[in-house]
Amino acid sequence: MNNNTKFGEFGGQYVPEILMNEIKNLEKSYEYHKNNGSFISELDDLLKNYAGRPSLLYFAENMTKDLGGAKIYLKREDLNHTGSHKINNVLGQALLAKKMGKKRIIAETGAGQHGVAAATAAALLGLECEIFMGKEDTLRQSLNVYRMELLGAKVHTVESGTQTLKDAVNEAMREWSKRTEDTLYVIGSVMGPHPFPMIVRDFQSVISREAREQILKLEGKLPSAVIACVGGGSNAMGMFYNFINDKSVKLIGCEAAGLGVNTDKHAASMTKGRMGIFHGMKSIFCQDEYGQIAPVYSISAGLDYPGIGPEHAYLNSIGRASYIAVTDDEAVCAFEYLSKTEGIIPAIESAHAVAYAMKTAPLMKKDEIIIVCLSGRGDKDVAAIAKYRGRKINE
Amino acid sequence: MSNISNAFKNGKAFIGFLTAGDPDIETTKQCILKMEEAGADLIEIGIPFSDPIAEGSVIQSANIRALKSNTFLDKIFEAVIDLRKKTDIPIVFLTYINPVFNYGYERFFSDCKESKTDGLIIPDLPFEEKHEVSDYARNNDIDVISLIAPTSDNRIKQIAKEASGFIYLVSSMGVTGVRSEITTDLKTIVGLIREQTDIPVAIGFGINTPKQAAYLSKISDGVIVGSAIVKIIERYGKNSPEYVYEYVKSMKNAIKSNMLSNISI
Repeated sequence: MNNNTKFGEFGGQYVPEILMNEIKNLEKSYEYHKNNGSFISELDDLLKNYAGRPSLLYFAENMTKDLGGAKIYLKREDLNHTGSHKINNVLGQALLAKKMGKKRIIAETGAGQHGVAAATAAALLGLECEIFMGKEDTLRQSLNVYRMELLGAKVHTVESGTQTLKDAVNEAMREWSKRTEDTLYVIGSVMGPHPFPMIVRDFQSVISREAREQILKLEGKLPSAVIACVGGGSNAMGMFYNFINDKSVKLIGCEAAGLGVNTDKHAASMTKGRMGIFHGMKSIFCQDEYGQIAPVYSISAGLDYPGIGPEHAYLNSIGRASYIAVTDDEAVCAFEYLSKTEGIIPAIESAHAVAYAMKTAPLMKKDEIIIVCLSGRGDKDVAAIAKYRGRKINE
Repeated sequence: MSNISNAFKNGKAFIGFLTAGDPDIETTKQCILKMEEAGADLIEIGIPFSDPIAEGSVIQSANIRALKSNTFLDKIFEAVIDLRKKTDIPIVFLTYINPVFNYGYERFFSDCKESKTDGLIIPDLPFEEKHEVSDYARNNDIDVISLIAPTSDNRIKQIAKEASGFIYLVSSMGVTGVRSEITTDLKTIVGLIREQTDIPVAIGFGINTPKQAAYLSKISDGVIVGSAIVKIIERYGKNSPEYVYEYVKSMKNAIKSNMLSNISI
């Protein structure tokens, strides 16, 4: 009875009893609506006419020429409404919340992208919205805090623990356990207890569904590798999903190495973490020798999470996907590089994937293809990167 | 028959919670002995965790203080072994699953047995996942305490049927922390549990006044008090054992006098 809540040995439903019936309720509602014609057509309509899908698959010709190896394509999730892939999931979950008769959604956010997307969907669909955000993140992403408020959401500053994404998830779960009847927790990544990792993956899988069709149309063949950044892992799962059965396509996730995986300032759970049970799931986590969840660090608030979604842990365990760590410095260089070569300013999260593409493309043959998931746009990061480079600017 | 049943054999039970190592392990030991002296029937020892998602701010802070005093499992087992020289009071741990998973289930449960710890409450291990530990628990005669919440409804039957030790009935929605009012229809839930099992039902979450304790123990087999005790420890630190004693005594008296008034009715 438990098997379908897991990916191999990862996943499960490790949450307080108080939430169990609501989680089962969500599971049932989702199973019903995902195959229901009206839900599917309403969501398709929102994705097309509101979010602006399909997103472009853009051939990065300058970058390809400059690096002199594999052809590089960018899946432009940054062009979606609200500026990242987060809208794909949020429209799905907010619509589901409405179908379930909920009046209110709550969400955690790190960089603020998921919070902004959730607040946007709530405004559109007439739902109340409350966002939980670590204090440190509200400071480094203050523009997004105001953006969420502008959209009508209430933003709760989380001052417990490390005051980042992990603590925002804790607080959102606490809030949900206070009020489940009229509230859905719209989780932002492929994490948490089942069915969330599955639901979020399904809603994000539109990325690879489109990308696979697009590349076959443009190039007549599959890519050699798809590359995406990984915090909890939602854009990566979306980018990987429809390529999993294409065994020739390498799936590569780029996690945050921060100041380096041999320092204590990183968020590289696959590289440095080990198996644990936290936030409702059995997966891989950064933790100390006593099983206390480790404080993590990355220049990117969106990758600053001590764990990874269970399906990633599974894909890693069977050798289907591989995960590498990218430092702050490499990501910032990629951020600047893409801006200058292609005129595209990527989110600092996505810049982690771009950085790895820059490393690996020159080692590949010219007839090979790489698709990089450009999960978000970098406007939100400009001030922080300027600061990283020693320039002080007013946001 | 587990030692836990002894907690309920002399009428309604008072169960006191504190976090191990808050503010240090010596104070924890003294508080436990003082609670027993004041009439507590069972002690619930919280194993500190970095991210206690079912706790309100009071116990969250206790976890942080305990982690600051480097209170990890080895030290806690040692403390229980030490306490066992002085008391047989039933002891259960409250812990999140990750520190236990990390320590190793086999090692953890055999250390529980060795230290004569009687049971375990794991808030993030619901019915669906309890198979993680059930074999280890059974082999070492440790009761894994089941929780039932106001939202459990149709789940009450399956949970109660397989429960051991006692059932922890969560009084209200949300996380731990003192509440001025508890509005859940607990009487009905206790009734549904009783249809399935004879093991004791204790109510926790939000209980802090003698009046609440008196009323809730009337409709169940005992009450669990955590945040109110932890608040005292937060305020008085190393000097808290005396204050904890006074508080537990007042709560236990309220439960007792309530029982007496029942008899007079």
